[in-house]
Amino acid sequence: MPCEVEFEDVTKRFPGAARPALDHVSLKVEAGEFVTVLGTSGCGKTTMIKCVNRLVEPDSGTIRVEGEDVSAADPARLRQHIGYVIQKVGLFPHMTVGENVATVPRVLKWDKERIQARVDELLALVNLDPKEFAGRYPSQLSGGQQQRVGLARALAADPSLLLMDEPFGAIDAINREALQDELLRIHQGSRKTILFVTHDINEALKLGTRVLVMDAGRVQQFDTPKEICEHPATDFVRSLLRSGEFRLRSAYVEPGEGI
Amino acid sequence: MQNVLAYFSQNGTEFVQMVATHLWLSAVALALATVIAVPLGILGARFRRLDSVSEGVWGTLRIIPSLALLLVLIPVLGTGTLPAVVSLTVLAIPPILINTTTAFKTLPADVLEAAEGMGMPPARELLTVKLPLALPVAFAGFRTATSEVIASAMLAAYIGAGGLGDLIFTGLGLMRTDLLWIGGLSVAALSLAVGALLSLAEARMRRRAGMVAA
Amino acid sequence: MGAYLEFWSEHAEKFLDPLAEHLQIVGVTLLISVALAAVVSVALLRHPRAKGVVLQLLSAVYAIPSLALFAVLIPVTGLGESTAVLVLVAYNQYLLVRNIVTGIDGVDPSVVEAARGMGMSDARILREVQVPLALPLIMAGLRLAVISTIGIATIAATINAGGLGTVLFDGLRTLNSYKIVGGTLECALLAIVANAALRLLESAVTRRVVR
Repeated sequence: MPCEVEFEDVTKRFPGAARPALDHVSLKVEAGEFVTVLGTSGCGKTTMIKCVNRLVEPDSGTIRVEGEDVSAADPARLRQHIGYVIQKVGLFPHMTVGENVATVPRVLKWDKERIQARVDELLALVNLDPKEFAGRYPSQLSGGQQQRVGLARALAADPSLLLMDEPFGAIDAINREALQDELLRIHQGSRKTILFVTHDINEALKLGTRVLVMDAGRVQQFDTPKEICEHPATDFVRSLLRSGEFRLRSAYVEPGEGI
Repeated sequence: MQNVLAYFSQNGTEFVQMVATHLWLSAVALALATVIAVPLGILGARFRRLDSVSEGVWGTLRIIPSLALLLVLIPVLGTGTLPAVVSLTVLAIPPILINTTTAFKTLPADVLEAAEGMGMPPARELLTVKLPLALPVAFAGFRTATSEVIASAMLAAYIGAGGLGDLIFTGLGLMRTDLLWIGGLSVAALSLAVGALLSLAEARMRRRAGMVAA
Repeated sequence: MGAYLEFWSEHAEKFLDPLAEHLQIVGVTLLISVALAAVVSVALLRHPRAKGVVLQLLSAVYAIPSLALFAVLIPVTGLGESTAVLVLVAYNQYLLVRNIVTGIDGVDPSVVEAARGMGMSDARILREVQVPLALPLIMAGLRLAVISTIGIATIAATINAGGLGTVLFDGLRTLNSYKIVGGTLECALLAIVANAALRLLESAVTRRVVR
């Protein structure tokens, strides 16, 4: 059940900050989109997605998920139905991989067999053999493996919306590319709505169906990768494009170079 | 309340005498303990086997109730000042020793390497580099020992060594509130005052050793 | 040596009754101490700004010598076990609350953030994430509290609370070395056994949690 996310004139200023983290942000993400949120540090991209699951409360404005104002819902219940993945992963060190993944289903009181089946299904989805990994502890996993578990954990209750905050930032380049491809595969197979924060322009252009470029708490451009590359809307966007070599997901890839 | 004032006006000198005895007992015990514990502590940082034996022996002595340690010497040493000083010393050694060992074990390796690389002779290194850096942590052990000794010195009065405990025991015997309060509050004040002074000293040592104040 | 053993076996109840009393005092104290410390710690976790002040207060109480605290309270609460337990519980608060709060604060913030982001309630996070991960430090605090209680409870004999201190003080009064040595051994053994048992528990818990 895909869902859309809407920001209506949202502003947030943290105490003691020189300028707002979010400055009258308005935008709409359609159901099933994979939106990458791109910008340098401090531009408000993390604050933005944290407002969706209310880890940060905006000062003004409204945020709607599936048409419902998020401030009206109980925060815990809201978050149980939204997947959340962070860079440091935050796996529970005192629980096994299987127990980690089963967290939200357990909170939602699914019955045991359903949880077990779901854990196996998800570990397989992120390319971790359940027989080998379900009983391991996070400290026994590599960084890439931990982030896969983090992803599986976020998907466990089958949320329609996934919030991801620079999830691959701490992972080496080779593993990062593999994880990106897997995430694309998962998105294409499920049509979930994904908000993916990154400071890496290549990652943003590769993954996003649309890219949201932010700077100083304001939306610079919100468009398809192709449009952004061909018609950058502001100087900031232009300088971002100049700062990295890039490949695009579709039109600009030569046949044979492949994804 | 008037009893309190009356007490002080009548027994002022006695009171001062008790405070003095109390402090003197504590000071002697702490001095002896330091002389014994610091060298042992430094050696313990060097020699692992000594360290584990030390930890076993002093670690065990440390958990034994101090009252028991105090009284068990009496069949051997009789009552009075001697058993009090001995048991207070034994009580003070563990915190000082354990902290000294830890302090020397956790000296920043890069600083020591730099000193050796400069060709500093070991004695000079000990004096000018190791001791100042180890001082804050070791001193924390001294501070712990001090508060334990001042507390336990109260019991020393029971075995005839004098000190502020006398007031409390007399007060208990005669059920005199004024004595209980004077005795109790004096020791409390003494212990807090000494503790505060030592805390300030420790903070200054930390700053001098380049450690950020907690 | 033989004379000692003979005296001890002939007058066993003079040693065992006070031991039972002592265990009772320690037991009651610890139950109340842990319950109170849990309440105080949860309150401090909800109001982090009060942490500094409260811990300073508790540490000041802890610094006061036990006999002094007994002395000050007796005119108010009387002689006997209840005053002793009151003082012992007060002392334990510093040891327990400090370790509980430090332990819970020391849990990796990203683990807590992930838990919140998944929709776990604050109570659930405390129960299933923070406390289990803080358990090594909490157990260490418990061990310190037990040893401290065993020790100070001996002094409580001076205020008619009973316990192993009575064996020692009786022995002192009558210059009975059988009692003095026997009492000392009892105190020592109790402390050593309790410490060893709790250390075992502590390392078992630490192994499960810190991987």
